[in-house]
Amino acid sequence: MSSYYEDSARGRLDGLLDPGSLIEILPPTERMVSPHLRQLDTPAAFDDGIVVGEGRLDGRRVLVAAQEGGFMGGAVGEVHGAKLTGLMERALDTRPDGVLLLVESGGVRLHEANAGLIAVSEVMRAVLAVRAAGIPVIVLDGGTFGCFGGMGIVARLCDAVVMSEEGRLGLSGPEVIETTMGVEEFDSRDRALVWRTVGGKHRYLLGEAATLVEDDVAAFRAAALALLEQTPDLSLAALDAEHAALGSRLERFGDCRDALDIWEKLGVEEPEKLPILDTAGFLATVRDRRA
Amino acid sequence: METLTYEYRGGRPVNSPPPSVLVGVVGSGNLEVLVEPAPLGGLCRVEVQTAAVGFGATWQAVLDDVFARHPLADVRISINDVGATPAVVGLRLDQALDAFAGGTQP
Amino acid sequence: MRDWNLQGRNRDERLARAAGLADGKRVATADARALLEAVLEPGDRVCLEGNNQKQADFLARTLASVDPARVNGLHMVQSVLALPEHLDVFERGIAAKLDFSFSGPQGARLARMVADGRIAIGAIHTYLELFGRYFVDLTPRVSLVAAQAADAAGNLYTGPNTEDTPVIVEATAFKRGIVIAQVNELVDSVPRVDIPGGWVDFVIQSPTPHYIEPLFTRDPAQISEIQVLMAMMAIKGIYAEYGVQRLNHGIGFDTAAIELLLPTYAESLGLKGKICRHWALNPHPALIPAIEAGFVESVHSFGSELGMEAYIRARPDVFFTGADGSMRSNRAMCQAAGHYACDLFIGSTLQIDLAGNSSTATLGRIAGFGGAPNMGADARGRRHASPAWLKAGREAREGGGQMPRGQKLVVQMVETFREHMQPAFVERLDAWELAESAGMELPPVMIYGDDVTHILTEEGIANLLLCRTAEEREQAIRGVAGYTPVGRGRDRRMVENLRDRGVIRRAEDLGIDKRMATRDLLAARSVKDLVRASGGLYDPPKRFRNW
Repeated sequence: MSSYYEDSARGRLDGLLDPGSLIEILPPTERMVSPHLRQLDTPAAFDDGIVVGEGRLDGRRVLVAAQEGGFMGGAVGEVHGAKLTGLMERALDTRPDGVLLLVESGGVRLHEANAGLIAVSEVMRAVLAVRAAGIPVIVLDGGTFGCFGGMGIVARLCDAVVMSEEGRLGLSGPEVIETTMGVEEFDSRDRALVWRTVGGKHRYLLGEAATLVEDDVAAFRAAALALLEQTPDLSLAALDAEHAALGSRLERFGDCRDALDIWEKLGVEEPEKLPILDTAGFLATVRDRRA
Repeated sequence: METLTYEYRGGRPVNSPPPSVLVGVVGSGNLEVLVEPAPLGGLCRVEVQTAAVGFGATWQAVLDDVFARHPLADVRISINDVGATPAVVGLRLDQALDAFAGGTQP
Repeated sequence: MRDWNLQGRNRDERLARAAGLADGKRVATADARALLEAVLEPGDRVCLEGNNQKQADFLARTLASVDPARVNGLHMVQSVLALPEHLDVFERGIAAKLDFSFSGPQGARLARMVADGRIAIGAIHTYLELFGRYFVDLTPRVSLVAAQAADAAGNLYTGPNTEDTPVIVEATAFKRGIVIAQVNELVDSVPRVDIPGGWVDFVIQSPTPHYIEPLFTRDPAQISEIQVLMAMMAIKGIYAEYGVQRLNHGIGFDTAAIELLLPTYAESLGLKGKICRHWALNPHPALIPAIEAGFVESVHSFGSELGMEAYIRARPDVFFTGADGSMRSNRAMCQAAGHYACDLFIGSTLQIDLAGNSSTATLGRIAGFGGAPNMGADARGRRHASPAWLKAGREAREGGGQMPRGQKLVVQMVETFREHMQPAFVERLDAWELAESAGMELPPVMIYGDDVTHILTEEGIANLLLCRTAEEREQAIRGVAGYTPVGRGRDRRMVENLRDRGVIRRAEDLGIDKRMATRDLLAARSVKDLVRASGGLYDPPKRFRNW
């Protein structure tokens, strides 16, 4: 078992794809580094914190992108974002069996200001174009830094999200919420609170993560493969149903103050026990209890 | 930021080296090391971009020992460093150069 | 006729002043300040229980709020200054003089207040030294302690965090002093008696449970591969080499890495049952995998650790527990045990000089000493033998024709550079400058060089027992100081000679493959792994969770 949470972006791709199948686009030797960081006297990375390329997943042809949280928290700068957008455009040209996004990002790279903001919005549009072309885009979220900000939106624009319980997904990160709303609203150092609010188990219960897997690269691989088998329903009826579900979710849980309240309303017995359950035990306990 | 360059002579080229090896991450207390074959007339050249200014002599001492362990020629080593300690620098370089000379990506 | 019971009479006067406030021994929470103002007299020696973990925080707040016109000039004698209130009493003029051991989080403010002349420091002690003085010349007149529960007779139940309470109360109660306890709850009968009611004068229910700091929890996720390498060297190069059975570990990620390598690396070397069987150690969560793997036979503790309660309760063969099932810790006893009955201490430090003196003092902070000096000092009063102790003694005396005796293994484990490229090896300790600026009589040295037997860095192990001259010792230290200026200043020929003699041993000399030093070797790589290793019994504080 190899921890997805602890691995680097490159290590995750190594374990995820068929051995030796990755063909990297703009590899580190190209030195396509951020033009902004140098001016700010800040260290750059040769790949600008993201690996993009083409590989095989059990023989299927996939395009992949993996963000490196260790470099600036996986934040999206101009080059980083352009590599993602370019990968999506390539998908439209080469029509792979799917696109896998191994996200790990705090969102826009603040150092690059508008260039980063524009880059993220371009990624969003590109993701929707790929989906519209009938190519599934699947997100894998189980890294140390989670997936927040603009990348949190990107993740939810995709066909499906695979998470481990260690993974986190949200819009504003915990520290941002605490800074803007106060520690009474959200204590970002209360890690148990953070994880039961934005962690994989809660996202799975709310239906935002399609699959919850153990923190194991092989488990992510298996989940991605299974999702590639499914044909996404992009009909208007499906969209209407999704909107209705979101509306009723707000009605059902809008007055809840804590994820524990939501789990109780979902009919989970002993909701306070959910956080410590291992993935298999959790999935057995919450069967038929998802929102 | 500081840019440092070091050159070593007297090493031996690697037979059929990989196109490149990358080890490490540009994160606090860490570094990335990129090793590539390069026609440098027998030189081993190390280019360091580091966030920790004023440690040129320390880099020299660390790299001297690394070259003694891995005497390679016609190699370009590029480093992006965020204040890694010599222990971490030595470890990453050993990992990268073992992989480069052995022809496997770690 | 001389009156031989002045202290007893004075005690009676104090009790008489407080009589209207107490119902038996119980004093209402709202009357806490009135009680302190009634029993305290100007210039009293007062122990305000501050521990590593448990804090008499309500009584600290109360003492800081008394009227300085009535209560002033107090002489505080307490082991740990942990809370802001511990210094507020000086700021408000309630207290004037301080004798203590450790000031961790308050060290910077303490230094400022000393510089401003607001605090007169008597001395900075090791724990046993301060406890010793409680019974000689620093006996508290009034002690303010914390416990989990009290019954109507004043019997106290401390719960797992007994810590300093027994030694404080013993010294105070038997010298006609006054003992006041804050308790989390008043009960009909306590689960067990940690402090007999006859030694306690007043109990007050605190409005909130006393604060406990989870000081000894280290998240395995933060252990680096360099620390794994150093832990491998410690196990193979020292623990196995000397057959260390009884030991104490300092606090930190370096030693947590050793604990987490016992069930993996040490097991693979066939060391189970041969090393690390008996511990003087707080219940480190990082020790859980080694306990579960059968490495550990017994653990006696200075204090407890938050979240370990249920695990300890379920492992009574390993820990010291009461008939009620909860742990009984005792800092004074465990310090004595660690000093006299352990063969090895290993811990980290901030700076080491060329003679091996080590210090955690930094400019602008008066941090004092934790448990390390008593643990990390050869016990000159020890007489019983053990293989590890005898081997260390032999190495130190070989060929000298001296009286044979053993020696404690005292290991300093440091990376050559700390974060931000601060070198751990220096020509001159910052402690010298701190001593000058704070007017101390001695530089605050945590462990003296002549007690240190081994220095372990990522560059190797320097065995100082085998050094025969001051110059050899200096070169042995330089030889493991890596790329620090001290290390680069080594005499290369002499260092190679020391290596040939086995005084310096590098990883490769120990047969350790550095490529094996990855986090995969850790028996637990996250706090969640520790919870699972404990069978769900360990309940970590929420700040250590990621679930």
